[in-house]
Amino acid sequence: MPDIQPERQYREFLAQGRFMIQRARGSGRYIFYPRVAEPVTGDTDLEWVEVSGRGTVYSTTLVRKKPPEPSYNIALIDLAEGPRMMSRVIGLAPGDVRIGMAVLAAVIDDDGTPLVVFEPAGASR
Amino acid sequence: MYGFPSGKTAIVGAATFGVGKSPGFDSMDLTIRASLLALADAGMELKEVDALFIAQPQDTLAGLSFAEALGLQPKITDCNRSGGSGFMLQLEHAALALHAGYCDVALIAYGSNQASASGALVQTSKNAFWDAQYKPLRPISAYALAAARHMHQYGTTKRQLAEVAVAARRWAQLNPEAVMRDPLSVDEVVSARMISDPLGLRDCCLVTDGAAAIVMTRAERARDTAKKPVYALASASTVTHADISSMPDLTVTGAVESGARAYAQAGVKPADIDVVQVYDAFTINTILFLEDLGFCAKGEGGRFVESGAIAPGGSLPVNTSGGGLSYCHPGMFGLFTLVESVRQLRGECGERQVADAGLALAHGNGGLLSSQATVILGISP
Repeated sequence: MPDIQPERQYREFLAQGRFMIQRARGSGRYIFYPRVAEPVTGDTDLEWVEVSGRGTVYSTTLVRKKPPEPSYNIALIDLAEGPRMMSRVIGLAPGDVRIGMAVLAAVIDDDGTPLVVFEPAGASR
Repeated sequence: MYGFPSGKTAIVGAATFGVGKSPGFDSMDLTIRASLLALADAGMELKEVDALFIAQPQDTLAGLSFAEALGLQPKITDCNRSGGSGFMLQLEHAALALHAGYCDVALIAYGSNQASASGALVQTSKNAFWDAQYKPLRPISAYALAAARHMHQYGTTKRQLAEVAVAARRWAQLNPEAVMRDPLSVDEVVSARMISDPLGLRDCCLVTDGAAAIVMTRAERARDTAKKPVYALASASTVTHADISSMPDLTVTGAVESGARAYAQAGVKPADIDVVQVYDAFTINTILFLEDLGFCAKGEGGRFVESGAIAPGGSLPVNTSGGGLSYCHPGMFGLFTLVESVRQLRGECGERQVADAGLALAHGNGGLLSSQATVILGISP
């Protein structure tokens, strides 16, 4: 079994446009952020799996910047697969993001680095 | 005996130094001055200290620096880094070691010159890559996410959050050592510049200088020291996460766990506590901790503070120093909640004194609601 190298492999997948998280083969539990062992069990038998991208906004905040620098959104997203992650919701005014919104993942180019963000589900790109 | 040695050790010295602005001192200078004052308060000599528990904002090897500066060769040197709760963990470990006879006199100390040196919160910790990619303001955005979720789930309002800041200010107005003593209204808090919604400038703790120290010894020795001993009845802590994205439920903190274990150690319940200090880095903290420590039901914290319960004259005196919001906040506030608890239990608090205070609870918070630690102190072992 090849060793899991969490951040490196995550970034390599992302560079290919693929948003991958981990699943423990034993328990079937999904894990994010990526790590070398499943929390609590310590199981190192982990596999990378592509996520559905579906999620729900668990909480949200608007980070206020002094103009002209734009204020921006930070959100916690509950993925359909179970894990929660920090991200940004785009595609609407950053102050209009609401808890409970259904969102869909997208991989964007953030100043040359691929980044997972979310858009309101159903929004056309 | 197993478990925490309730009533077997005591705080016999407590002091602060340089609260507010102390230009010309570095953090260690302030820490040393507070430590010497705490030892004088106990009527003990520096050379008696054989266990050193310390933290500094930037010097992660502060135990070494402090020992060197004062010529100590301690048997125990602890440079805890659990955040602002670290001093509660140090009290816990000091009590265990003192009770075991491993050491005789423990000094717990902290100090920071952050306001004079940089004017901003000085922190060594940072978000891991996973959260850092999205540029949350550390620490405020994490607390803002918790506040937003609490508002969504329980209908808590921004005005209720503001009541926490106003109550803290009203206590600070009774504390001559407090940094912010001007009148403050709910409207002023609500209309202050927003930083990370729903939290604005007046929902945030201060940036000040200051140092604090306490001295602990075994109960039998404590009876012969200069001041009335304050017994360590309970100390319990836990960790639920590091970054906010891994916090299991943003409306419930590890204080549920640390509080329950602390009450069991001391054999008391929330209704028995006379005076409460909680680490109020942000207004939401006070609401979360009052709920999680059992002073009101989960979700009722906003309405509880809105009723005036925690302000001077209310049913539950909370953060009688003025707290991190109005007394001082030199980066890691946990130790200041212990000092204020000691002062209340000794009856040294002048205008803000809580009548007949016999049982005090001090609650520390570290990281991003990550480390929670509850200490219960009393005038009887």
